Amino acid sequence: MADTKQLYQEVILDHNRKPRNWGVLPDATHRAEGHNPLCGDHLTLALRLRDEAVDAIHFQGESCAICKASASMMTVAVRGKSREDTERLVQEFRDLATGKLEPAGPHHLGRLTVFAGVRDLPTRVKCAILPWHTLHAALNDEASTTTEAEADPMHAPMGNA
Amino acid sequence: MSVNPSRAELQRAPAGGLDVERIRADFPILKLRVNGKPLVYLDNAASSQMPQPVLDRWIRYQTTQHSNIHRAVHYLSETATAEYEGARRKLAAFINAKEEREVIFTTGTTDAINLVAHGYGRKFVAAGDEIVLTTLEHHSNIVPWQMVAEEKGARIRVVPVNDRGELILEEYLKLLGPRTRIVGVGHVSNALGTINPVREMIAAAHERGIPVLVDGAQAAPHMQLDMQVLDCDFYAFSGHKMFGPTGIGVLYGKAAWLEKMQPYKGGGDMILSVTFEKTVYNVIPGKFEAGTPPIAAAITLGAAADYITGIGIERIHAHETDLLDYATDQVNRLPGVRIIGTAEKKAAVLSFVVDGVHPHDVGTLLNEEGVAVRTGHHCAQPVMQRFGIPATSRASFAFYNTHAEVDVLVAGIRKVQKVLR
Repeated sequence: MADTKQLYQEVILDHNRKPRNWGVLPDATHRAEGHNPLCGDHLTLALRLRDEAVDAIHFQGESCAICKASASMMTVAVRGKSREDTERLVQEFRDLATGKLEPAGPHHLGRLTVFAGVRDLPTRVKCAILPWHTLHAALNDEASTTTEAEADPMHAPMGNA
Repeated sequence: MSVNPSRAELQRAPAGGLDVERIRADFPILKLRVNGKPLVYLDNAASSQMPQPVLDRWIRYQTTQHSNIHRAVHYLSETATAEYEGARRKLAAFINAKEEREVIFTTGTTDAINLVAHGYGRKFVAAGDEIVLTTLEHHSNIVPWQMVAEEKGARIRVVPVNDRGELILEEYLKLLGPRTRIVGVGHVSNALGTINPVREMIAAAHERGIPVLVDGAQAAPHMQLDMQVLDCDFYAFSGHKMFGPTGIGVLYGKAAWLEKMQPYKGGGDMILSVTFEKTVYNVIPGKFEAGTPPIAAAITLGAAADYITGIGIERIHAHETDLLDYATDQVNRLPGVRIIGTAEKKAAVLSFVVDGVHPHDVGTLLNEEGVAVRTGHHCAQPVMQRFGIPATSRASFAFYNTHAEVDVLVAGIRKVQKVLR
């Protein structure tokens, strides 16, 4: 069985209690909404791209602790990164959460590996991935996204937006 | 071989009550440990567990009695046919049907409702007609009717609920009109546990000549099912929610309706004769049981009905009511926890929300304590919309649950609040 104690680690609980980069970003260049209609997780993501790098990124929403902490840590991780590096991180996080990437292996995820535990809880994978899915949509000028149906991370490869 | 070994044991049980520990000994899965803790299984409304005598029945059928039914003249085919029809007889007695042929084996409640939506709805519902459902319905008693309504140009009317999660009967009566072709109502709400006043609702519909389908999936494991008292036209329920296997369920229908309805699926066993010019359909129940049915599952469901009868539905009801009252009281004492669904008459379901905590986090953290609850919208999104919430956590009880397990649940909720605040 999965030891979920490893999922609700202190760093995740801390980001859930005090989410970083929470709020609106008036001069955003890219925005997207992420929604999981099945559990009600919902977040809006806004970012400002300058010279093809993430200059600022904010989020807001209603969601479970895993989704909120994932979003908060994501904003910290991608701030200052190039679009290319950000997209690579999106892919790596997705692979980590779905068990395709080992936390010990080569990657650029850093502390984000605390989310590795969701791989043993298939029903929670979508919670962790939703913010990243939304970030991918924002970078590719999609107004909204979901983790359901064709976009289900448990089944579908990430499409070219 | 007796399938209700608990009967003798129960006679030695404390007066008036269930000997829960003896009953628990019948359920091998309850000995499981999850995350290093004893399993506390409180997801019975989704699916219940099977006791050993019921499991044994499946094995005995497959090892000594199996063949296809209604076919060959050899020993095994005749044995399997007799056992399968014997199960139909048991189920007919279990629900007090007037005739055995009024019991149709389906793959479950969803299949049973789809059978009525197709067999009755497609034949008797026309453009401008109305189908009356309630806010409390499970998606499986909504979507099949929406499909019929869309196809025929009919309209769905919905009975509202009050803040306690009870149907508003005056509103129901107003919805019954000259265009109403059928009423679909759950006996017990899967999301909230509300026991609906189906008897009154059926009587009111019948005064206007309207047939009623009752979704009994959540009632079958908890209360006496008596088709003669209810007088419903259709009643649907599932095996796996009443301590039987998945893949089997029952549609009860009054013979007069079943005979008028069109078949649902075409195939073997549902015909009397076939030529390419004309096919003559079988009489009921065969007309609605095309193809080889889940024979082992049907026979095992018969054993599950025996098991329930052996314990006694009155005792089950008394124990579960006690358990629900205790759980309700304990959860009500927790600040920041709100019970959704506070109907006066409830079956053993406790739906709740924890302030500031998403039900998915509740479910995952309770799982850490070995507690299995369901979190989500419970396939009843209109109920969630009515109460303005995306989801709830739901503890649902069976007769094998104990007060000590309620304590583990309550301690688990406290821990959730501590961790996520």
